[in-house]
Amino acid sequence: MYAQRPEVRPATVEVLVDGRPVLVPEGASAAAAVLVAGLPALRTTPVGAAPRLPYCMMGVCFDCLAEIDGVPNRQACMVTVAPGMRIAPQRGARIAGPRA
Amino acid sequence: MNGHDLAIVGAGPAGMAAALEGTALGLSVLVVDEQDAPGGQVFRAVERAAGDPALAGEYAADGAALVRAFRTARGVEYRPGTTLWHVDTETLRLSLLRGGAAEEAGAARLLLATGAQERPVPIPGWTLPGVMGAGAAQILLKTAGVVPAGPVAIAGQGPLCWLVAVQLLRAGAGPVTLLETRHRSPAMVAAKAGGLWAGRAQLLKGLALMREARARGLRVVRRVRGLRALGEAQVEHVRWEGGTLPCATLLLHEGVIPSTHVTRALGLEHRWDAAQLCWRPVLDGWGATSHDGIAVAGDGGGIGGWEAAVATGRLAALDAACRLGRIDAAERDRRAVPHRAALRRALALRPFLDYLYAPAPEVLAPTDDSTPVCRCEEITAGQVRAVARLGATGPNQAKAYLRTGMGACQGRMCGTTVSALIAAERGIAIEQAGTLRPRAPFKPLTVGALAALAKDDAA
Amino acid sequence: MVLPAQPPSPAQDRHDAIVIGGGLVGAAIAYGLAEQGLDTLLLDEGDVAHRASRGNFGLVWVQSKGLGAPHYQRWSRQSAAAWPALAAALATRTGLDTALEQPGGLHLCLSEEEFSARAARMERMRAEAGNLGFEYRMLDRSEVAERLPGIGPAVVGASWTPYDGHAGALTLLRALHAAFRDLGGTYRPNAAVARIDAAPHDFRVTASGMTARAPRLVLAAGLGNAVLAPMVGLAAPVRPERGQILVTERARPVLPVPTVNVRQTAEGSLLIGESKEDAGFDAQTQIPSVMRGMARRAVLAMPWIAELNIVRAWSALRVMSADGLPIYDRSERFPGAFTANCHSGVTLAAAHAQMLAPMIAAGALAPELLPFSAERFGHVRTAA
Repeated sequence: MYAQRPEVRPATVEVLVDGRPVLVPEGASAAAAVLVAGLPALRTTPVGAAPRLPYCMMGVCFDCLAEIDGVPNRQACMVTVAPGMRIAPQRGARIAGPRA
Repeated sequence: MNGHDLAIVGAGPAGMAAALEGTALGLSVLVVDEQDAPGGQVFRAVERAAGDPALAGEYAADGAALVRAFRTARGVEYRPGTTLWHVDTETLRLSLLRGGAAEEAGAARLLLATGAQERPVPIPGWTLPGVMGAGAAQILLKTAGVVPAGPVAIAGQGPLCWLVAVQLLRAGAGPVTLLETRHRSPAMVAAKAGGLWAGRAQLLKGLALMREARARGLRVVRRVRGLRALGEAQVEHVRWEGGTLPCATLLLHEGVIPSTHVTRALGLEHRWDAAQLCWRPVLDGWGATSHDGIAVAGDGGGIGGWEAAVATGRLAALDAACRLGRIDAAERDRRAVPHRAALRRALALRPFLDYLYAPAPEVLAPTDDSTPVCRCEEITAGQVRAVARLGATGPNQAKAYLRTGMGACQGRMCGTTVSALIAAERGIAIEQAGTLRPRAPFKPLTVGALAALAKDDAA
Repeated sequence: MVLPAQPPSPAQDRHDAIVIGGGLVGAAIAYGLAEQGLDTLLLDEGDVAHRASRGNFGLVWVQSKGLGAPHYQRWSRQSAAAWPALAAALATRTGLDTALEQPGGLHLCLSEEEFSARAARMERMRAEAGNLGFEYRMLDRSEVAERLPGIGPAVVGASWTPYDGHAGALTLLRALHAAFRDLGGTYRPNAAVARIDAAPHDFRVTASGMTARAPRLVLAAGLGNAVLAPMVGLAAPVRPERGQILVTERARPVLPVPTVNVRQTAEGSLLIGESKEDAGFDAQTQIPSVMRGMARRAVLAMPWIAELNIVRAWSALRVMSADGLPIYDRSERFPGAFTANCHSGVTLAAAHAQMLAPMIAAGALAPELLPFSAERFGHVRTAA
């Protein structure tokens, strides 16, 4: 869980984290939104189904892969929140194929 | 396609300073950066967060000023949100990705200013949710103004540990405990490394930071060894030899290391720095690499901090201007004088810090076989040791056998650890084990984006 | 399985056989020799070397092999048929799963011209196969759609044979090495061979800091064979042909059947291959235009693949003879010396381990391999 500091960052944006509306500071990344929302895991790994949350927050570790606005496996720490953004956990390997 | 005189990859302090210097010398400059605002990591989100009292200091003052100057500089084409995925080493054409579409750019000279990353700290349990780098917590504070709720443990060593502790405490986080892994004494290090007088400004800043941390209630446990993170689906405790502490957030930090992914992918010559315990590209005094058209500035060439990054950025731009015939060598050398002085000042305390905060051998080569080493492919230290015994003499063979380095991060998090484990197991120096050889694409791009690359763009 | 570390090498090793080259070809032969009970030394280069094996696409492929050279089609078919036994033996001995699947394979045709050319080719192969037979079908678009998900409008049809399949190339390499060690084989990396002193049935090999001696010698050093072969009265006229591969992120199983250019690995990644470039010995460079061409063809074949992220690309140097066929030879001047060269190290792994290795152990190549001799290029086997 992460605590916001509205006294310093008053402007917020509403996004959906795993279907739930959450208000997060403007300028936050999707990864930060997930941490603010208190989601227990942002993804489960394709190899061992292990739960992961972001690690490096700067695009190096690729542990923050999430499904953002329907697109799987996006680095959530590299995406800035926008109103209505849908952020969902990446559960294992992505689905591929027609009508995916 | 018309190219620029100088293409700079990275809009951190080195990249921004190089751009400012380059345009002042009349060069046409392109700056690409994957973040959507300038500042790199040290000045990340400074335009938004400079007013946050928790971040007061050089970040708010110097960082904001540098970004402002960069934003208003003439002659700079700045492409934020743009990722570099390939460089043609013959023509220096850059393959880029922006908004999901592939595009290209050309330049006469290339400056890589891609900075540093936190040194991976593989301990048992480090992949648990709630464990992250200390720098990551700082990025969260800068980009979102948020702090971890509940008890925070910072485990590791180095100036960033103290800085992050202070910033978190100022921002209302807590309780915060520093589990310091430092095993060398400052007095012993000072006697060996020196530089305390020349680096006194930095030293005093560091001491002030430590005082403020304690005043704000930071608890410090010294000489911590054998760290492990424990918990079911997230970190709940951190344990070390002789102690344990409940925590909701565990921040690991054993210094920062140059990001050499792109420089290695381009086949540039590297060396192992025994003082900083990291790979770094071989550079001359102007940042020139083993490739005639490519230079490196900033922490990507060796850890020195933001002020050193600014100096090396300016020096690289001067050299570029000279090589392009805009100024002669005498003028280049003359203009370099203040930047060389600044660089000397900035690096004065470096040997002391490098030696004081040198990571213990088990940070590079974890002793516990169950320790995850490759986070992407979920491979442990024990598995790496086993293929070293099977005959893998370096990380590329280990990658073929185990898939370490085949995940999304392409070995950024595991490469050096795998080399160190193989070296330890085979009784050779890490230089003999060597490095991973990554390839383009340096960062992922979709099959569709690649397929849509325009015909005359693709060389 | 936990393997003990190799003991330090004595000044001069004596073995029943020495294999030079630790890639898919050398490792398969060394494993086969060890299975025959021969005390075998396998010499290999270090972490960074040409290593064609690291770029293998992983096909166990038959349908494209040996037009105009039915002996190659036969050899490939035999290997594909023997593959399940190899996979089972390796799994039993090492616990490693080479993920062999042989559901048949498709070669997609993206235009009417491609389709007719392919149909003609397949018919020729059937005619050349004679009594061995060659089962294939030309599938029209709707039949391809029954086998592959979401094919693109450009797909006209495909050739299909039941013999084709795929496996994990790198797992195979690891398994061969592990099985070799388990059988008592000796592996020495960082041992680039500098010199071979040859006499009939007596070879002394000098590599970095060591010499070894054996009555049997196998040159399986890929592109390195061109230099080594003359030392034992052989010729290995091979040149590098670069191939690039694109690898996507892991996806849930979606592609049930391998195609010659796109397959899904056991881990879930989709591999997109495979270029053919003349680039000398440069295996480091990736070429965006070549990568684009491969990506385009994949998207034409299966448009849904466009959404997947390419997480890495690879290139390696195929060991290519002038006619693309393997070169197998036994030295006339120095009996006991053999060379094995090919660019299909996965497809032919079973043949190498289970058929070629016993021939080498026995001292002579079976008549069916004589057409693979370098003599076909006009090289005389007794060349000094």
